[in-house]
Amino acid sequence: MEPRRQVEIQSERIASAGVGEIYSYTVVQEAPEGFEDQAPYIIALVKLDEGALISAQLTDIDANAVRIGQRVEMVTRKLTTEGKRGVIVYGYKFRPLLKGD
Amino acid sequence: MRQVAIIGAAQIPVGEHWEQGLRDLASDAIERLRDEVGSMLVDQAEAIYIGNTYGASISSQAQLGALIAGSLLGGVEAFTIEAGEASGAAALRMGYLAVASGAVESALVMGVEKSTDMIGTARTRARAVTLDADYESVHGLTLTASAALLMRRYMYEFNADLGAFENFSINAHLNGSTNPNAMFRNKIKPGAFAKAPMVADPVSLFDSAPDGDGAAVLLLISAERAGDWVAQPVQIAASAAATDTLALQDRADPLHLRAVQVSFERALAQAGVERDQIDLFELHDAFTILAALTLEAAGFAERGQGWTLARDHAIARTGSLPISTFGGLKARGNPVGAAGIYQAVEAVMQLQGRAGENQVEGARVAAIQSLGGLGSTAVTHILTAS
Repeated sequence: MEPRRQVEIQSERIASAGVGEIYSYTVVQEAPEGFEDQAPYIIALVKLDEGALISAQLTDIDANAVRIGQRVEMVTRKLTTEGKRGVIVYGYKFRPLLKGD
Repeated sequence: MRQVAIIGAAQIPVGEHWEQGLRDLASDAIERLRDEVGSMLVDQAEAIYIGNTYGASISSQAQLGALIAGSLLGGVEAFTIEAGEASGAAALRMGYLAVASGAVESALVMGVEKSTDMIGTARTRARAVTLDADYESVHGLTLTASAALLMRRYMYEFNADLGAFENFSINAHLNGSTNPNAMFRNKIKPGAFAKAPMVADPVSLFDSAPDGDGAAVLLLISAERAGDWVAQPVQIAASAAATDTLALQDRADPLHLRAVQVSFERALAQAGVERDQIDLFELHDAFTILAALTLEAAGFAERGQGWTLARDHAIARTGSLPISTFGGLKARGNPVGAAGIYQAVEAVMQLQGRAGENQVEGARVAAIQSLGGLGSTAVTHILTAS
């Protein structure tokens, strides 16, 4: 039996420049509560240059223009609002890489 | 540890049971079990373990043990086992452990789910409770979207097209068409698959299993006593569970379902059977991509080749590895926290030779596997005919 190993929960620990490429993506048609105003929106798994995968929405891009392997960079955006009077949740999304690679 | 057998297995049709709540669904399943094995055996059970996923999030109901056993079963020990969409299978494992250990002589294992009373965005949010809240659902990710991420990457890495997946659904619906308990009994015509509306591209309506309400129940007893009560007890030859990371992003290779592999191999070893001895495999076909990846991780196909078992009709009832023999989650319907118990009920019917038109001829060994999320939890059982 192989020894147990602890999986690094990457997103809590890594240092990243916030640049990577699209590993996979989809367009969400049936949005959960809190995201209905954004639908349809694009969600991607991004492979950061440092090696880790990370889930996030894509922003500032048309769904038809997204490709696996495309270079993207992390930006801070509003993710959702928890109800009309609730807190605004900020977090990261990814957009096409603006600066030269 | 003692050997454990199943001596009763009952289900109600999966569907949209608008007029029934969790309690009513559970009651109907238990009534059917009473009809099958007699009330005395049901009432002798010392515990009931209940698989359920959305009680708290959709039905606004926790403490299903008291809800069900307090009124229907004379107040025996009862509580919910929650392992995401694998809750039913986890409840079966808990019942198995309780009887195997000798802690109880016999136990009921139930799966019950009531998911259709909530609609729209509220339901989509409630269904996302099995994802990683901090790193997935906070971004608006859903289970279906997660499956889409896997499916698109799979198609990209292995040059598979959409058509590679259609035979999983065609096979499921063909088998579901003769199952009176199935939610959908329509067949999918070749070609229709490609035109199905997208839910989360490339996952279409025909890739994803429909959620339905349902309840199913098993009666477990020590194997040495099983023969006293029924002519054809079914043996639980193996019970194994494993976990993988909750979030897809934390997996070294998202296209490898590690928990599927670990629990399946552990089950094979425990049962002492080889893959080619397995007569049918009720796998977790909540999405066609999960069926393909499961066949690979369980060792029935090379990486990237799981879909070829569908193309070649190996998964058909007459094929080398029949799957979804009563329609699977796709056509029988996905009663989520009850799905693992439905799989077990169907496997029992196959092994007892009472599967009717859905019978896999000569079935002696059945594997069943239920997944939480996209393989974050994998619970595998191997059942054998006496």
